[in-house]
Amino acid sequence: MFDAWMVDKVLLATWETVYMVAISTFLSYVFGLPLGVILVVSSDGHILENKGVNQVLGSIVNVMRSIPFIIFLILIIPLTRLIVGTYIGTVASIVPLTLAAIPFVARLVETSLKEIEWGLIEAALSMGANSWQIISKVLLPEALPSLTLGVAITTINLVGYSAMAGIVGGGGLGTLAYYYGYQRYEHGIMWVTVIILIILVQLVQMLGDSLAAKISNRRR
Amino acid sequence: MIEVKHLTKIYKTPSQEILALDDVSLQVEDGEIFGIIGLSGAGKSTLIRCINMLEKPTSGTVTINGVEITALEPHELRTARQKIGMIFQHFNLLSSRNVFDNVLFPLEIAGVPKKDAAKRVMELLELVGLADKANAYPAQLSGGQKQRVGIARALANSPELLLSDEATSALDPQTTRSILGLLKDINKRFNLTILLITHDMNVIKETCDRVAVIAESRIVEVGRVIDIFSNPQTSTSRSFINTVVKRDIPKELLEQSDSHAAPSERILVSISFIGKSAGQPLISSMIKKYEVDANILYGNIDRIKDTPFGYLTLELTGPPDQIDEGLAYLKSHGLEVEVINHV
Repeated sequence: MFDAWMVDKVLLATWETVYMVAISTFLSYVFGLPLGVILVVSSDGHILENKGVNQVLGSIVNVMRSIPFIIFLILIIPLTRLIVGTYIGTVASIVPLTLAAIPFVARLVETSLKEIEWGLIEAALSMGANSWQIISKVLLPEALPSLTLGVAITTINLVGYSAMAGIVGGGGLGTLAYYYGYQRYEHGIMWVTVIILIILVQLVQMLGDSLAAKISNRRR
Repeated sequence: MIEVKHLTKIYKTPSQEILALDDVSLQVEDGEIFGIIGLSGAGKSTLIRCINMLEKPTSGTVTINGVEITALEPHELRTARQKIGMIFQHFNLLSSRNVFDNVLFPLEIAGVPKKDAAKRVMELLELVGLADKANAYPAQLSGGQKQRVGIARALANSPELLLSDEATSALDPQTTRSILGLLKDINKRFNLTILLITHDMNVIKETCDRVAVIAESRIVEVGRVIDIFSNPQTSTSRSFINTVVKRDIPKELLEQSDSHAAPSERILVSISFIGKSAGQPLISSMIKKYEVDANILYGNIDRIKDTPFGYLTLELTGPPDQIDEGLAYLKSHGLEVEVINHV
């Protein structure tokens, strides 16, 4: 079962998973981070209070978060096709992975930023800071340890999602487990993918924890 | 310097309206330390936040150095705020920045060139005595040190006015004294106007030139601290003063009096003396001049900012007309005399 050909297959699938997850984590923050910031600063009594914007964005985020990923994946196939040209393969998987993670990231960022004491924002306002300065010099730096942990949580979530995407031909460890483990009853392959996924998740969590601790310790 | 006119602030919640400030007017002069004292919930916190528009008043105006703050556009307000420093009860330092960068923060906001800013930061850290802590993070500092950083930060853009929001309320008495000393020093050195709010009459006594007493959203009394201490007009002021200067004589002391004089020939008075008169032997002169005996029940000499302030409770015995003349004599020498009761 584990000939050189199979080892190559496992290595390639692992690489595909890492690649998919890394790029979709990155892209989900490119969109999710600003979205989370807007959710916070537009909330009641905050620096750019705007009920309309807050409610509309909040509702969109809630709707997207309530669709199970496996259904979302199929639902947006037309969009994936439009962007990538196909809906099969590693690159195509990045579209649903990113889109599903954006609202998740937005809520994580929102939670992190809401923990910052209002007094700090008030102090910055009293010095004449504008909204952008408050976001870039107070909110984000103060929340950095918490935001770092959020990145780890998002990445781990996307590892799980990427395996689901694998079932509909998304590539990576999910596809490998499905084709060989499920359709050909090669349970060994199934276990190998499970172990690799466990290791990946552990690595990401450890990296996130140690980075966050490093930042916090420097400030202690 | 500051002119507050008919300031009213109403907080609206879905279920009710809360009146936080009710037609408040006051004036703060150039270079003075002006205190606002009140219990929590009296409106003092709202009032100080209306001065730099952290709270938007419902009506009324605030004018600082001729500029009507309440009428400014957002970008004008941001520029104006750079010249109004503020310090806070919980310091509000950024945990993501070390001491140096915390003091640099307002200079970054104002767009001061890096080189000038760095020089200014070191000057300020020297001023507050923390030059050796430039690289420390706020979490490594004591409360007093944090407030010193707060003060350095508030002074960074050379403000015309410093607002102090309960700046010593989270500190122990000894640290409080050193922070108040620093504020007085800054006030003198730079002729910087300071407006502070507090619930602690000691703070008023030690630092302020004038004070406004706020109760239930209104200013009930304004005046020189010395005047308010020696002759408070309202029960709120009196109860604040009682926290610092004991004016109520313990019942036990009154009962202890073993004078055999007839009730009509005994009187209990409280006498307060300020400044120069505190140094004169007026009581003993009175005893010599008139047929009056004085029994000291309680006495205290203190300092209001830089002025000696004394307070005595006396039991006077003697013929009623002699007592009256004796009291008139004391009054004519500038003492505040208050007859507490005929024993």
